[in-house]
Amino acid sequence: MTPVDRDELLIKKIQSAFRHDIIETTVFRGEVTHLIQMSALRSICTFLKTDPEIKMNFISDVVGVDYNTETPRFEVVYHFYSTSKKLRIRLKVKVNDGETVPSIAGIWHGADWPEREVYDMFGIVFEGHPNLKRIYLPEDFEGFPLRKEYPVRGYKDRYNPYGVEKE
Amino acid sequence: MVTGKNPIEDSIFFTTLESIADVLRNNPVINTIKENTVTGDVVNWGRSSSLWPMTFGLACCAIEMIAAACSRYDLDRMGIVFRPSPRQSDVMVVAGTMTKKIAPAVKKLYDQMPEPRWVIAQGGCASAGGPYNTYSVVQGTDLVVPVDVYVPGCPPRPDALLFGFLQLMEKIKKENPYILDKRKIGVGK
Repeated sequence: MTPVDRDELLIKKIQSAFRHDIIETTVFRGEVTHLIQMSALRSICTFLKTDPEIKMNFISDVVGVDYNTETPRFEVVYHFYSTSKKLRIRLKVKVNDGETVPSIAGIWHGADWPEREVYDMFGIVFEGHPNLKRIYLPEDFEGFPLRKEYPVRGYKDRYNPYGVEKE
Repeated sequence: MVTGKNPIEDSIFFTTLESIADVLRNNPVINTIKENTVTGDVVNWGRSSSLWPMTFGLACCAIEMIAAACSRYDLDRMGIVFRPSPRQSDVMVVAGTMTKKIAPAVKKLYDQMPEPRWVIAQGGCASAGGPYNTYSVVQGTDLVVPVDVYVPGCPPRPDALLFGFLQLMEKIKKENPYILDKRKIGVGK
């Protein structure tokens, strides 16, 4: 697939279908990224999965980003791959602290665990997720360790005497 | 107590583990044997010559532990045979990074092991948290269970683990084998 075909599919087709929901589109080293409105996340995802020319049937990853000082503070990034069309696309959603993101685990079951990971590390709540609880850390863990205000060495407890004192 | 009058009563008396232990504890012949240093050495020799570690790994150090048990280094020739159950093992090799999530499970496995039991902390992570001075990693096995031998390395080579086992054997040979009896740890009241 030539870059022209790719742009035709991943940029123009999506932009024409969701004209008002795409805030920004960037291409870096042949990888297309759309920054989209959160309200359109589910409809764009359904479009990406069902469109016969794009057919994004595989969700590579869901990641969270903490920009700390910016507003909205967080960003959730979705990586998709089409195994039949050999296409990749990335969607970004800006999230405020305390805001909920619609879960796409109902569209791709593969989004279940990555969304739990994002919740585990950043505390971003995914609305409509079938089983939103911690995945890596113990259930009784307090705080969200990948948030910027969380100390790198963690808080002091019986397993970690070198951590920061919790006030 | 064994009366010696009624043989049926005596045979019933020996049916519980606790009563057998009670007879052994109060037996003057056994007490004399225990005072002898040679029998103590024999007990320690037996313990150190058949260390049964638990098959249990946490991270990459476990791969080196497996390599140590395989034919090139062959822990079996020292009587070190890996057991699949904590109830059958004497040694716990904490092989790898212990996270806070797995720490209660490690403690539970240690509690399930029968006395006498020993612990080897294999690798930098198990010894002191290693490079992971972070929110999720236990900063040393000694914060969870008492450790007998620390084996440094990242991960330690199989021969280093083997040396750790040999050091543990030397340590066991210097122990008082009846320390549990003395402190009334184990069967009975």
